[in-house]
Amino acid sequence: MPTKIEKDAISGRETTGHEWDGIKELNNPLPRWWILTFYACIAFAVIWSVLYPSVPGIRGYFHGVLHYSQREELAKSVKAAEAEHADLRTKMASQSVDQIAADPELNEYATAGGRAVFANNCAVCHGAAGSGRPNFPILADDKWLWGGKRADIYKTVQHGIRSPDDADTRSSAMPRFGADKILTNAQISDVAAHVRVLAKLDQPSAESQRGAAIFKDNCAACHGAEGQGNRLLGAPALTDGIWLYAGTKDAIRQQVTLPKQGEMPAWGKRLNDLDIKMVSLYVHSLGGGE
Amino acid sequence: MNPTLTTDEPPKLRPAHLRAPSTDTHGDQFYADRVRVYPASVTGIVRRVKWALLVWCLTVYYVIPWVRWTRGPGLPDQAVLMDIAGRRAYLFDLVIWPQQIYLLTGALILGAVGLFFVTSLFGRVWCGYFCPQTVWTDLFMWVERQLEGDANQRRKRDEGPTSFDKVWRKTAKHSLWLAIAFMTGGAWIMYFVDAPTLVHEFWAGQAETATYFFVGLFTATTYLLAGWAREQVCTYMCPWPRFQSAMFDDQTLAVSYRAWRGEARGKHKTGDSWLGRGDCVDCFRCVSVCPTGIDIRDGMQLECIGCGLCVDACNSVMEKVGRPTGLITWDTASGLAAATAGRHVPYRLLRPRTIMYAGLLSVVLVAVGVATLVRERLDLSVERDRTPNFVALSNGAIRNGYTLRLENRTTEPASFALTLDGLAEATLKFGTVGADAARLEVPANQVATFRLFVQAPKTALHNQSTPIKLTIVDDAHGRRETESSVFVGPASLGHATGE
Repeated sequence: MPTKIEKDAISGRETTGHEWDGIKELNNPLPRWWILTFYACIAFAVIWSVLYPSVPGIRGYFHGVLHYSQREELAKSVKAAEAEHADLRTKMASQSVDQIAADPELNEYATAGGRAVFANNCAVCHGAAGSGRPNFPILADDKWLWGGKRADIYKTVQHGIRSPDDADTRSSAMPRFGADKILTNAQISDVAAHVRVLAKLDQPSAESQRGAAIFKDNCAACHGAEGQGNRLLGAPALTDGIWLYAGTKDAIRQQVTLPKQGEMPAWGKRLNDLDIKMVSLYVHSLGGGE
Repeated sequence: MNPTLTTDEPPKLRPAHLRAPSTDTHGDQFYADRVRVYPASVTGIVRRVKWALLVWCLTVYYVIPWVRWTRGPGLPDQAVLMDIAGRRAYLFDLVIWPQQIYLLTGALILGAVGLFFVTSLFGRVWCGYFCPQTVWTDLFMWVERQLEGDANQRRKRDEGPTSFDKVWRKTAKHSLWLAIAFMTGGAWIMYFVDAPTLVHEFWAGQAETATYFFVGLFTATTYLLAGWAREQVCTYMCPWPRFQSAMFDDQTLAVSYRAWRGEARGKHKTGDSWLGRGDCVDCFRCVSVCPTGIDIRDGMQLECIGCGLCVDACNSVMEKVGRPTGLITWDTASGLAAATAGRHVPYRLLRPRTIMYAGLLSVVLVAVGVATLVRERLDLSVERDRTPNFVALSNGAIRNGYTLRLENRTTEPASFALTLDGLAEATLKFGTVGADAARLEVPANQVATFRLFVQAPKTALHNQSTPIKLTIVDDAHGRRETESSVFVGPASLGHATGE
């Protein structure tokens, strides 16, 4: 309890009036600069809270009178960055992917931009830098189902593969030889043995020779007589040891019986044309481009 | 705490630090208030040398950014330029890359050791003549003198009431100071951005915000430090005076009062005898001209910047009273001690300390020189792709991807040929448009990045990882560099399977 304020004899300072067991507290106020800084901080906090997003609510929050938002700032800076390269971007908009590739400056910009587009949209299935995943093709090798030229890649990205909402989508439908009872299980086993011979994984056997005849009648129309594939139909080559759905005999039998039909979205409906051009050029640059 | 004051000296001429320190309300003495120094003007040989060096220093500072230097197309043509945005430092024909920043560090060490060496020989010549703080303070004091007159006039006007005369002179002085400070700050920025471009952009309002900020910052610091803070910078802010005594020995030249000659000091009237007294007539001229407001007769002091203006002041007085000059002059501690004992010792240039500093200086000089001469003009770095680690191709071959970074640290474009060793039957293909193994073009002073695909048949691989060496050769300049890397294949090498 404050008692009486008095002047301390030794220091000459006033006491606060507080006393505990005879010990009196001297009144040494904080330095003025400290107090002023403290008040300035309070004022700053109040002004900040009014200007910027501050108070949370149940459904939203107080946006502040400046309506500042980091999301909008980001959108703005993306726009600004695009505006900075407006000359390159307008040039690319009117050019084909091959024309862009022929211009080193455009190509460099497009490949760098394509890398970001790829990482955000494609890498989740195709792997970083197109390194592939089980059931999703590697884009860094030289095997292409639908063609590895820039224009081919551009078209594939734009319309997707077996994309239900795009009329121009790349589409192939391998018959369900087993499920639809076109071939018997034994025949499928024979043809699988032949496919492994075509891929130089096994030596010819009685089984594979039986399979060769079945292959000629049922598979060669699309995959070619020697299993060399046909890009127009999206029929993969069977000779190169690169397998989208694995190359064991069981896996081949499975694919012939009830084929997996992988799908890729038509990115033309999700990305703008410039991004698709850029990502096509990036994919082409991964090492397998033709 | 309270230094004793002699009673016979006029109070206004007391050295600043001897004046009574302030007290708080309880009588405790903590800090001395700053007492403004009013240095009087002085003429003489030292002052003339100081003017000459001032003009020289300022000329060098303002002119260097404007010196042009042809380096070739696409390269800046400014002789001295610290291009922070472009990550290069240009010093005439020397172009320093970020990796070679140690050359600039070496230059700083050279400067430091050089400073130690000169200090051990001649004391604080840096402080007195070359330090920017001294140079700009001197310039600001000159401006002040032109507008407000000499010391006594200035003091009288400052102590007097506000008048039109006082206001316009002060306003003019501060405007001029700010103008000089602005030019100082502006010139400093020119060392970092191309000078002619900068001047144009600056006035057109197109320069970067950082440019305006730094010009403002250096304008403010110049104005405050040279106009207002002055000797306080040397006494309180600068670390150099605090440890420069470590470079001193009793053979170091320093501005000294020859007490053996000057004492006993006292007033002297024309016609009085000089017998039984010293040459010092106690006129306080040395104190009144001192830019840091000290009395040199008190001996060596922290505040003394060694400018020697008191030497000029004392010499003119000695000439007037008909005594030999040099009562205040550059002398050594041992010289003073010997003279007091009536002997004479010669000044020794060669001493363990100076020999050591000279030796250190030569070592650093040689090290920096050699490092500059043998610096890398070319650098190759090889980064192997990790995703995908390797790619199996349709013909059964294995392919690895690499990113090559070629740094051409010269001011001429260069062309390199690439060879690969350690991998039989390897074929090289570039993913970069226009590049091939016989010809990798790198523009002058730039880094070029190339995508390289190396392909080898599985039969050529005996291990999962094969060490390889990539060598680039520039025949035109006789340069070559080799980098090691590896070529990676599947773990199951040699066992062809369908999986």
